[in-house]
Amino acid sequence: MNFLVISWGATILLFAFTLSLLLTRDWRWILALLAAQYIAVFWLTQIHWTVSMAAVKLVTGWMSATVLGITRSTLDPKLASAPDDNSWPQGRFFRILTAMLIFLLVASAAPSIPKLLPGIGLPEVTGSLTLMTMGLLMLGLTTQPLRVVIGLLTLLAGFEILYAAVENATLVAALLAVINLGLALVGSYLLLAGTEDTGGSR
Amino acid sequence: MSAPLIWIGIPLILSPFLWIPRRANIIAFLGGIIALFLAVLAWFFPIDTPIRISATLSFKLADSLEILGRQIIISPADQPLLTLIYGLAALWFFGASAAGIARRLVPIGMSIIALLVASLSVQPFLYAALIIQTAILIAIPLLSPPEKKPGRGIIRFLIYQTLAMPFLLFSGWLMAGVESNPGDLELLTQAATLLALGFAFLLAIFPLYTWIPLLMEEASPYAVGFILWLLPSIAFFFALGFLDRYAWLRDFDQLPAVLRSAGVLMIVTGGIWAAFQRHLGRMMGYATVVNIGFSLLALSLFQDYQLSAFFLFMVPQSLAILVWSLSLSVLTLREGSLLFRARQGDMYRYPIIIMGLIFAHFSTLGLPLLAGFPPILATWGGVAEKTLVAALWVAVGVASLLTGAIRTLAVMVMSPKEEEWAINGSLLQNILIGVGIFFILLLGLFPQFMSPLLTKLPFVFSHLTG
Repeated sequence: MNFLVISWGATILLFAFTLSLLLTRDWRWILALLAAQYIAVFWLTQIHWTVSMAAVKLVTGWMSATVLGITRSTLDPKLASAPDDNSWPQGRFFRILTAMLIFLLVASAAPSIPKLLPGIGLPEVTGSLTLMTMGLLMLGLTTQPLRVVIGLLTLLAGFEILYAAVENATLVAALLAVINLGLALVGSYLLLAGTEDTGGSR
Repeated sequence: MSAPLIWIGIPLILSPFLWIPRRANIIAFLGGIIALFLAVLAWFFPIDTPIRISATLSFKLADSLEILGRQIIISPADQPLLTLIYGLAALWFFGASAAGIARRLVPIGMSIIALLVASLSVQPFLYAALIIQTAILIAIPLLSPPEKKPGRGIIRFLIYQTLAMPFLLFSGWLMAGVESNPGDLELLTQAATLLALGFAFLLAIFPLYTWIPLLMEEASPYAVGFILWLLPSIAFFFALGFLDRYAWLRDFDQLPAVLRSAGVLMIVTGGIWAAFQRHLGRMMGYATVVNIGFSLLALSLFQDYQLSAFFLFMVPQSLAILVWSLSLSVLTLREGSLLFRARQGDMYRYPIIIMGLIFAHFSTLGLPLLAGFPPILATWGGVAEKTLVAALWVAVGVASLLTGAIRTLAVMVMSPKEEEWAINGSLLQNILIGVGIFFILLLGLFPQFMSPLLTKLPFVFSHLTG
């Protein structure tokens, strides 16, 4: 019973974290929320994996947030934002409304997934779908490298919760960790690209 | 010693060392030689067969390598595929110095190729999606130079390619369920839908190809050309792996129609967009969309012609992309802009380079006597036998791409002022493009030169070749 309550708690936290990610503009808060998000991801993953294997996700997520944070902290604020990132509505009301619509979508779709994936619980499915859809929303709202990479990490975190229920191979865990870290490194590279004269690259 | 160690381990280990030489042409030469050596080795060296060295000594190259409880297997049937991949990679690496991008393309390209070969060899094979994603992440520094702010093209490329992975992994899992319970139509539909979505992202199927023309504007045409050659090729082999493995998918009634529709859509939209472009890079981007469309069409004929039409495209398409992107890279290096208005009259200043560009364009749309003609004719004929409407739509796409080629040609010979003929560009650039044109003509006139490779390639997918 307690286990289920904690799982639902983690799912609610995931929704709160992703909504905050969508609304926050300060990169420090964004990365803190990303790191916090991985605690809930860890909890929902360890339901199907061993704690040690689920901990890989937590550590990888935190490492990704750290890599992005270290890179972002070295940047001049003017250089770190994309100049043409205003093609979509930026208002908070719009974002909250979209997030609510997504929540309704997740709430209506989640109950059908456990039929497809036997053994998976509703909290994991809800948490996973929340992360995936909110990740997609983040990707649709920006072209800034930092936010795009955070959107992709969020989306993948959601997928990993769902996939943990069907696949528990060590190689998969290792490759997914490599991809998460790789995404963070790519994000760092894209954040740094074009910010200083790096000389000839040929 | 095992085969995965040679064709995956060695290039992966050597790739960081290729950063060391100071001169770009040495890097390009070393990369090309290594890739060529691996291609030759794949053609001649037997896997899993004992070789007698002396009376008491024999050597056998094992076909598998175990990593974290899973296996990477390169069987003797895979050898022609390795020859093709590493042989074409050698051409790309040799040309990298002339394109001015050897320092980035050769080391990064070598590791991408090694990873993509690993993706074709890993067991269970659906883990390939994870390895392909790793290769895509490595490709980002190649496509986005460190001195330039990332544009929309690279961001879209990263997003779309990353989105492919979850769909493919899930579809792979569902497919295992379908295999054990083939009567479950709901599961079958779900697996097929997820698989289609995964490959739509991975192969940049309409309308998910918007990153291609954007990237052609933002990045080095040679780097993008390399990715547009390698990534769809490996994605198609991965798709063939699915078809080869799952009997229900091969027998899926709607599959040829779905592949045909997607292919026609790619050819028509890519061709029509190409006809209206005023940027040489974007023009090539849309032509590669048409290339992917033709490969899909060829694949749609697998039930009648196995994979002969599909494999017939491999070399001509790669050669055309190589020559085209090298020509564009030379123009970018020397002139900067690839816009039509800035490139008027270039035929007088860069005759060989512009000839390369025009020949590659005409080969892509299947002009007779050029390398692209035999596969396009074969595929078009095959499609016409199935449905005449689709064949007519293909004609619309090809005619539109031809319009783009004629517009390019017109701009290149249209000089605002009196021009003197001169051969600009370095000797290496002109020689490489000249050799490329020669091979485009040679493969158009004598397509049977590819037959030793083409007869062996289909055996990689034994269930599809009967």
